This record gives sequence, C-alpha cells and structure tokens, in this order.
Amino acid sequence: MKSDYIATIGLEVHVQLKTKSKMFCGCAIEYGAEPNTHVCPTCLGLPGALPVMNLEALRMTALTGLIFQCDVAPICKFDRKNYYYPDMPKNYQISQYDLPICQNGEVPLHDLAYPKDAQKSIKNADKRVRLIRIHLEEDVAKNFHFETTSGIDFNRAGTPLMEIVSQPDIESPEEAFAYLTSLKQALIYADVSDADMEKGQLRCDCNVSVRPSHQTEYGVKIELKNLNSISGVRRALAFEIDRQISALERGEKLSQETRRWDDDRGETFLMRTKESAHDYRYFPDPDLLPVKTEVFMPAVRARLPELPWFKRERFVREYGISSYDAGVLTDDLELSRYFEAAAKGAKRPKAVANYVLNDLLSALAAAGKSVEECPIEPQHLAELTGLIEDGKINSKQGKEVFAEMFASGEAPEEIVEAKGLKQESDIDAIKLLCQQTIEANPKSVEDYRAGKGAAINFLKGQVMKASKGKANPNLVGETLEKLLSGV
Amino acid sequence: MSATKFDVRYIAELARIKLEPAEIATFESQLGHVLEHVEKLNQLDVSEVEPTAHSFPIYNIFREDQIRPSLEREAALANAPRQAQGLFIVTKVVE
Repeated sequence: MKSDYIATIGLEVHVQLKTKSKMFCGCAIEYGAEPNTHVCPTCLGLPGALPVMNLEALRMTALTGLIFQCDVAPICKFDRKNYYYPDMPKNYQISQYDLPICQNGEVPLHDLAYPKDAQKSIKNADKRVRLIRIHLEEDVAKNFHFETTSGIDFNRAGTPLMEIVSQPDIESPEEAFAYLTSLKQALIYADVSDADMEKGQLRCDCNVSVRPSHQTEYGVKIELKNLNSISGVRRALAFEIDRQISALERGEKLSQETRRWDDDRGETFLMRTKESAHDYRYFPDPDLLPVKTEVFMPAVRARLPELPWFKRERFVREYGISSYDAGVLTDDLELSRYFEAAAKGAKRPKAVANYVLNDLLSALAAAGKSVEECPIEPQHLAELTGLIEDGKINSKQGKEVFAEMFASGEAPEEIVEAKGLKQESDIDAIKLLCQQTIEANPKSVEDYRAGKGAAINFLKGQVMKASKGKANPNLVGETLEKLLSGV
Repeated sequence: MSATKFDVRYIAELARIKLEPAEIATFESQLGHVLEHVEKLNQLDVSEVEPTAHSFPIYNIFREDQIRPSLEREAALANAPRQAQGLFIVTKVVE
C-alpha cells in the first residue's frame, strides 16, 4: 500500500454456532447432509409455524461476548429483517436490531496471529480492534444455481448464526488477517463454533475505503463479498486497496458499491451499486418474547475458557519455554492440550516442547494427520525425553525411537528394549573401548597432548563408531579426557 | 388525506406487489387513514410508561438444545411446484 494513503477496514463476521439443534426449531444441524432432510415447518418458513429460542445458542453468544469483553445486555430481543429472496421463504430473517445481546468489546491482535511473512513488520504491536456489537440471528438456506433455475436446500436454514461487527479500526490486509485468526482461535477455545471457513461456519464481509493521508473524513466505503478463507480476505483487501488508490490517482470518483472477490482471478467485480440498497423495515418479532440474560449468565461465566493469549503466558511461566514456542503451541487448542498432557509428566518440559514443535509437527504434517489423530500418547513423548535426559539413550537414538513410536504407537521403553538401543553407560565397557581407541590412534593422542584440544573429538567419534552409536557420548568424553591426561 | 403521506409505490415495490394507478390512489387514501389513527398515539403522554418490546410482560421462553425429528423429505417437498435432486426448484436467482 502506498504510504500517502490510509485504508480503513471494518469486518462483519458471521459464525455458525455448534449447537446440536437449530435456533428456533429442533431440526438437527449437520454439515453435508442430503438436501432437505433436516427441515420442518418452522425452518421452511411455512405459515403458522412458531419459533422457540434455543437457550444454548443464547448462552454461546453471551459467552462469546464475555471472551471479547463486550457488555452483555440485561435485556435483548429479536426483530424481523424483511427481504425477498428464496433462501428465506417467510420473507424475513429473525435477527436482532436495536437490542443485540452484546455491545462494545474488543479483539486483541497477537504477533503470531499475523501472516507468517508479516510477523517481523507488525505496525501496531498489541493492537486491539474494537467491536460494535455481536447479535444472534438465523442462517438462511443454501442456493445452488443451474443453467436456468436455482435449487434450494433448507438444511442450513435456521442454524444459529452470530454476527460480529467490528469498528473500522483495521488499517491493513495483514491486520484483517490477524483479526480473523484471533477471532477464530478464541471461538474454538470457547467451543462455540468450529469456525471452519471452508465449511461456511465462519463467513466474512469486508467494508473498505481509502483516503489520502492528509484527509480527515473517510473515503467512499466499498463492500467485499465472497471471501472464503482468511488468506483470501488478505488478498482481496490488498487488491481492493490498490484498485481504489489507483482509481483516485487517475482522478476517478469512487461510488458506494458491493464488489465480489474472485479468488482464482485475483480481482474484485462490481455486484451492485448503492441505488439498489435494501430497506429491511425491521420491527420486533411478535412471535418471540424478550430475553432477560441474567438468568443464564452465571452458567455462562462458569464456562469462560482459558484464552489462548493467557494460556501462552502461563506456558512460559510454568514450563520455562520461550514466548514464541508457547505461541505456536497455544495457536491450536488440541496441540496446546497435547503439549500440556506430555509436559506435566516430564522432567524437562522444554525438551518436550522441542520434540512437539520440531519432530511431532513435521511428522504429523508428513502423515497428513491432525493432532487428535496423533499416534503417540502424550505420556510416551514425556517418557522419550526422560530416557534421553537420563542418558539411557542418546539424542540420535531418540530420533530413531521417535520415528518408531510414530509408526507403531508403542511406548519408548519397549522400542528401546526391542531394538537393543540402550545406550552403553557401563563404565568398564566404555573404558575398554576408549583404551583400544587410544592405542589404535597414536597420532591423534600425540596431537592432543601437544595442545590440539580438538583432536579429542576425532577419538570420541572413533569410540562412538566402535560402540555402534550406543555409548553415552558424555561418558566417552569424560573417560577419554581422564585417560589421556592421567596416563 | 393524512398529514403523513403514505408512499404506496415504494411500499408496493418493497412488498413486490404490482399496482394499477387507480389502486395506488385508493390505497394511498385508505392507508393514509390508518396512519392517521396511529398518529393519535403520538398525542398521548407516555413519559411515565416503560418502553416494551412486547405487549405481554413475559420473558425467557426457551427450549433446551435437543434434536427433534424433522419432516420426511417427501413430505417437505410435497407442495413444491418444482423439485429435483431433493431440492426446491425456483426461477433462477442471482445476487
């Protein structure tokens, strides 16, 4: 982005809650089910069907509010948002207008939430993006477009949907990326949504404008749609900001419009201009009674999770690992659980962290497995680091045992036993090998005694080789030194 | 004619209703009268009345998050004028 322009970005994020049943009826929520198999008169919008609120959806929305330090309203209500589109045959969506369940609040942007290539150049460290509101509504049906017709599946209709609206505090595509990453992470930690953008569980609309840096009033706001991944949001915003700046530099006037992002072509296209803006005629839904949140707030407060950014600080404190490592470990809830389960039983949690971050993550990636599918029990990983720590096996043997653990899921002790990998720590055996090596290499012994300290490394290597890698390298080093200086 | 003019054309457009010019005149007058009646409410002193979202002082009618049986797909689609592959088929819509 050119430095003489400022971009202003606000995001509207829709999040499907992971309740078992829909918002206003008892139909099951199931992604990918056969079309129109989870429908009833209420979610089909048939005349006369009456909605009843799903209490769990209200609790989850209030919990989300607490996570982001929103004010949870003492009273909220539902309104009808009127519009005509076949994805909502009753011609209104039940939503919240003037009394949403949550207002205000903020989402913190942490260093590791930024795209990897942008983590070294974060403009505002510890930035917080303020929220305007979080409200609850019902999702609409899914449309499929054919040659001359459209087909509609109502399985999705009525899924509880949270809308999280940010202030226009975001100033770059990278901050938008970090915002969505932080948001998604917290939602998963709170267990209110799986927030998978590919499955449409988290959807995002962006409002973006640019203005010359000397100008105080905002530029013309343009809305972006069809953003299907967090990196897609970043790409779309980068394209759109450049497009708007170029237009302004050519002396063009921008107009308020909605544009569609095409991720394959890497461009935005005009969808509609402001002339066709909607008039939703909101009014309170007479079918639904207002909600006093106080009755369920104690239960909601009890469900507050340890948030990723606090867990990260705790890992640094309790396990003596670096903030970066703790950040990577807490980035993924399951990974943080795995690490903690292993670190709890380990002598040196730092060694466990290293194994998880270096060996385990790459082994999982290579096998295309998730942390939940990890074949190694956390306790076994702790045992492996213990074996190395106690000098029972050396670190090179550790790698071999690890590979075998990953392949078979067996305990490290068993593998060490079966493969005869046990490190040789028998002092007499090592002494014998060292003596033999010294006798066989008079030249190196001479060099060492003449003051070439590095010559001992060659001798050490020879002893290790003679032991087929089983000797305890520390013990070999000590013994050689003793023999060479003492005799 | 009411003091607040009722914009029949705009409302008809929002409601996707096609009206003849004569109908527009009729509804403009009729709905204008309705508005006049409602206008009377503005003359009341409600400064002592607590705002309400609903006419009953009842709150918190909830259901627990439990799955209940859905309709059979054949039943759900039974009244659809057109259907294919388990979907309701409508005139092509594009946003």
